[in-house]
Amino acid sequence: MKSLIETLTQIPGPPGYENKIRAVVRAEIESHADEIRVDALGNLIARKGSKAGNGKRIMLSAHMDEIGVIATHIDENGFVRFTNVGGVFPRYAPSGRVRFLDGTIGVIGTEKITNSYKVPPLDKMFIDVGANGRTNCPIKVGDVAVFERPLTEMGGRLVSKAMDDRISVAILIEALKKLKKTPHEIYFVFSVQEEVGVRGATTAAFGVDPELGLAIDVTRTGDTPKSITMEVALGAGPAIKVKDSGMITDPRVVDWMVRIAAKAKIPYQLEVLERGGTDARAIQLTRSGVPAGCLSIPCRYVHSPSEMVDYNDVQNALKLLLALLNDTGVFQMS
Amino acid sequence: MAKEHNQPKILTAQMRLLERLTNTCAVSGDEGPVREIVLEKIKDHADEIRVDALGNVLATRHGKGKNRPRVMLAAHMDEVGFMIVYGDGDGLFRFDTAGGLDERQLVGKPVWVGADCIPGVIGAKPVHLTTSSEREKSISIDSLRIDVGPNNGSKVKVGDRGTFATSFQRIGKSMRAKSIDDRIGVATLIELLKHAPPNIDLLAAFTVQEEVGLRGARVAAYAFDPDIAFALDSTPAMDLPTWDGEENVRYNTKLGAGPAIYIADGATLSDPRLIRHLQETAEAEGIPYQLRQPGGGGTDAGAIQRQRAGIPSVSVSVPARYIHTAAAIARVDDWKNTLSLLYAALSRLSVDTLSR
Repeated sequence: MKSLIETLTQIPGPPGYENKIRAVVRAEIESHADEIRVDALGNLIARKGSKAGNGKRIMLSAHMDEIGVIATHIDENGFVRFTNVGGVFPRYAPSGRVRFLDGTIGVIGTEKITNSYKVPPLDKMFIDVGANGRTNCPIKVGDVAVFERPLTEMGGRLVSKAMDDRISVAILIEALKKLKKTPHEIYFVFSVQEEVGVRGATTAAFGVDPELGLAIDVTRTGDTPKSITMEVALGAGPAIKVKDSGMITDPRVVDWMVRIAAKAKIPYQLEVLERGGTDARAIQLTRSGVPAGCLSIPCRYVHSPSEMVDYNDVQNALKLLLALLNDTGVFQMS
Repeated sequence: MAKEHNQPKILTAQMRLLERLTNTCAVSGDEGPVREIVLEKIKDHADEIRVDALGNVLATRHGKGKNRPRVMLAAHMDEVGFMIVYGDGDGLFRFDTAGGLDERQLVGKPVWVGADCIPGVIGAKPVHLTTSSEREKSISIDSLRIDVGPNNGSKVKVGDRGTFATSFQRIGKSMRAKSIDDRIGVATLIELLKHAPPNIDLLAAFTVQEEVGLRGARVAAYAFDPDIAFALDSTPAMDLPTWDGEENVRYNTKLGAGPAIYIADGATLSDPRLIRHLQETAEAEGIPYQLRQPGGGGTDAGAIQRQRAGIPSVSVSVPARYIHTAAAIARVDDWKNTLSLLYAALSRLSVDTLSR
């Protein structure tokens, strides 16, 4: 699974430009799904199983896109002005490297800094791609780029750009491959444009019209020096979301996930994320409403070029997801 | 593609229509006066016309032949403005803004209030009576009043909308008016409906409440459920020289550089296939165009794209300086080229446009 994670994290896929990562995911799952389609916004939707007995129509969603930047202007000296596509923190940007979709590498520089305690906004930064004039700059307005940072393993931890949310894409791919029999009609959705406001999951959820929705995404942690106050820690198991700023998880879904984790003896943590949201919000609010939840992978330094997860958490998340999908009782609606 | 006789053009009649549209007051939620003009102009040019529950005008014109894509075009009828919230008596009224207006733009401006365009002014303290420290600060809306005079005070009531009292003026190659955003889109869409190319089903949505959060387009897109959507709007041009002589790197768009095609704004990542279709069309037809600088803001495309199971969308805007203020400036040539680009792009659309 580690080599799959490495492959997935290294492919550029900024919001709206997920075609390369979609092709890789599609090739991985093609022979394991009963049906595959790509919707009008570019979501990759794979079905496995058909409803039998108490089975439900379930939508699982992991987003393919990652945060990125987009060129807004090429100045007369060939420097590229840019803005964010998704939540790029200015503090993580300076001196980082980015890769445009055509392969061009750039370094992020800043205008002169007069107060070193204040992070300049992105419009006081530029990307240097080695050009010395507008005419020989390979980048044009509208070109998109992502952070450039390889995957590294340290201890039991994996660090890379785009761990958010390729780690969940990897888990969904593995789950689809390992799932042999299911009483459910399961739609594995690899969604687009999550980082700009869960847009892909919004249309995918309308199209799938599920009876139960689960997003798989990363969540922040509270386990680093003087960090935010948050119970979730790396290595303590996958997190079952109770609430974030976009969704209050259906309590029946939380109870069901907790019950199955306990039964399968999989470590888990309960998650209350004060800022952030996932595809689960879009699923919950589609059509006339859907019970929804989220299985989270604890991740340090989210939305930086070095997002860190614990490999045991990843494997336990996969185990828990499979246990949930194999549960014939699912959760009780009443 | 050969130029056909059906090709829409901006001539005197179209300029007069834009004049009439921009001189009309239709602040978000109160679009009736513009809707009346739209209905009058399109009544003989659509197979079906209806006004939906929110007030959108939805007009359908069918093409001919097989495999016609269903193409939604949206232009919003509403404009930013004011709403009367309290009468202080003697023809003085407290007000709030409707849609994105900079409070610093308000003081000292003549206004029109209500459906009958009662004239008034957002009063300002004369310079004789202000102190130097007062002149350094902007004035909050709470301390401003709209003054319509005692005789007209009874004709204004709480809830009435108001706009800046700016009459349309043609100034050589330019047009100066209020509400160019988005009456220029409305006028463009009327022309496109009248000259709809036969290869598509044209679904025209003259939308409401765009300026308060793309509300009309959302339900219009649900009703039409189109294959493809274009939002026709107006976007700021901040192409003025910088005060310090540095290169202006944040102009958004430039006047005279043609229609502005959107790649990314705060609400939409335009469908790359539709961006390419517009660029290829412009290049094939020799129509100038520009790419709007990616950034914030939003158009009806933001609401349309996310409707139902997803609708590939893109926006095209006429650039205009000073929009959302008392008077905007746009270029006649940019309008002409916007209409030409959209007509040509629609004429070249097929069900295969999205399969590439």
